[in-house]
Amino acid sequence: MSEPIIQIQNLSKVFGSGETAVHALDQIDLEIQPGEIFGIIGLSGAGKSTLVRCMNLLERPTSGTIVVNGQHLAWVEEDGRQSFISERELRQVRRNITMIFQGFNLLMQRTCLKNVCFPMELCGVPAAEARKRAEELLDLVGLKEKAGAYPAQLSGGQKQRVAIARALATNPKVLLCDEATSALDPTTTTSILELLKDLNHKLGVTVVVITHQMSVIEEICTRVAILDGGVIAEQGAVEEIFSHPTTDAARRLVYPGGVSVQQYPAGTHAVRVAFNGGTAYQPLIASLAIDCGVKVNILGADTRNIDGKAFGTMLLGLPDDPNDAARALSYIRSQPNVTAEEVEYHV
Amino acid sequence: MFETISAFWADYGNVLIEGTWETLIMVVLSTVLAYVIGVPLGVALIVTQPQGIRPHKGLYGVLGWIVNIGRSLPFAILLVAIMPYTRFLVGTAIGVRGAIPPLVISAAPFVARMVETSLSEVDAGVVEAAQSMGASPLQIVRKVYLPEAMPSLVLGGAISVVTILAYTAIAGMVGAGGLGSIAIQYGHNRGITSLMWVTVVFLIIFVQIVQWVFNWWSKRIDKRLK
Ligand SMILES: Nc1ncnc2c1ncn2[C@@H]1O[C@H](COP(=O)(O)OP(=O)(O)OP(=O)(O)O)[C@@H](O)[C@H]1O
Ligand SMILES: [Mg+2]
Repeated sequence: MSEPIIQIQNLSKVFGSGETAVHALDQIDLEIQPGEIFGIIGLSGAGKSTLVRCMNLLERPTSGTIVVNGQHLAWVEEDGRQSFISERELRQVRRNITMIFQGFNLLMQRTCLKNVCFPMELCGVPAAEARKRAEELLDLVGLKEKAGAYPAQLSGGQKQRVAIARALATNPKVLLCDEATSALDPTTTTSILELLKDLNHKLGVTVVVITHQMSVIEEICTRVAILDGGVIAEQGAVEEIFSHPTTDAARRLVYPGGVSVQQYPAGTHAVRVAFNGGTAYQPLIASLAIDCGVKVNILGADTRNIDGKAFGTMLLGLPDDPNDAARALSYIRSQPNVTAEEVEYHV
Repeated sequence: MFETISAFWADYGNVLIEGTWETLIMVVLSTVLAYVIGVPLGVALIVTQPQGIRPHKGLYGVLGWIVNIGRSLPFAILLVAIMPYTRFLVGTAIGVRGAIPPLVISAAPFVARMVETSLSEVDAGVVEAAQSMGASPLQIVRKVYLPEAMPSLVLGGAISVVTILAYTAIAGMVGAGGLGSIAIQYGHNRGITSLMWVTVVFLIIFVQIVQWVFNWWSKRIDKRLK
């Protein structure tokens, strides 16, 4: 494997001190490879934002090492002192590792085009050149015709597209996304995630996605780390973690509706079904019975129907008969916009 | 009726025109100078505050103190108290010239607080986004804080102008000139109440125009409204 683009070692962050100290991050080790889409998932307060904000030093860790693109942002000296890169150097580094936010954070008094020009103005790109590149970027995110519009005139999804174009203006190696789709509806979320995937593919930019939504990870990430109470509970390939979650934290996230797997006997054959905007889930269960003659148990569900489309995940208990189970599985997999993974139970 | 007005105007027209002119000069000059001092002060307060982009406890504390002292001195007292310094600074403590230093000294801390309030309305997320893109503190002030807060700064401008206008009337009591002086000298001292009421009407019209213009200006530049 090549040199990681982001390398984090022994990273800790404590807010406050004494009695009221909050250990937001506790000895985190993490490596993100160039060109991958890496997900960080966890419940609210797990420390996701703190972790991602450490990656560009918006948050200064209490201790630990952070290396981005071969450059040390934070490190521990031999005598144990914590050191940081200088402000001046940090400003340079930040052109290489940009960020998009849940609240978009566009400049409201600037047009979209001028918003995209902003980071280029900061580093002294000549105005004409910046303008040209900004136009290209707006085209890339599908908002060419909105160049002269102000953010107040855009929808949430469009604002996030402008923010993405702005984040790409300095040709960064890494794009950090802190809950970038959490303020958007499911359809818009999907289109933004598609865009990120596309940009990752076209530009080779490494994408770090922070989310509390399983579906976001499923849709675009190659690898994922599960953060729980400031520590990384599990990390690895997405399919791996989703099919064999080994920690409680991972199970809580993977099994919808907070189902405790211990409730079910070991060896229960189960499948985790993710709905990504296809048909509603009730017809699936019904037609499974009608078309295959297989009855499944809903062990847990966390799905929403929006405009007749289903989003979310469901855990289904398959029949004990292996043939029935296999038929049910292949039937589910044949549905549009549905992914299914067999799940192992650990008792 | 018409004859009364023309007779009145023949008697006092020049006085009123001169007074209005003096008031205008005092207000415009003091406002400009108060902003020259107040904006950097307000910006410094925002930048150095504990959550600011360059927190600095000491500087923030000192600036806050200075501004609070300036804000707590009643204008009438400050006006008299600094007369020797005013004389030293502009050569006289009376007339339009003599009124400018106390007006500026009194208005600048006021303006600083107005600016501070306007800038604090700028979304912290936007400031953070600029930081995440590698903006220096100076760039954040020039390209984020000031332009983003401009509609609010303009609205604050109306309040500053009206406040300074009120100060000029007080300054008029000690011979600063302007409409305030006319009201005192003719209206109060010589009992020409009609003239006093005319100055009052002039002041009301002045305030209305200022408020109207600044509101219009703020709306015009605010791109969040469109
Ligand atoms: N500036 C701060 N001061 C004090 N405590 C903080 C600060 N920022 C975060 N924390 C605490 O650190 C912990 C982790 O917060 P963080 O924002 O990283 O969580 P998160 O995983 O991003 O949650 P969410 O999904 O709600 O955004 C929380 O307990 C939070 O209260
Ligand atoms: Mg967060």
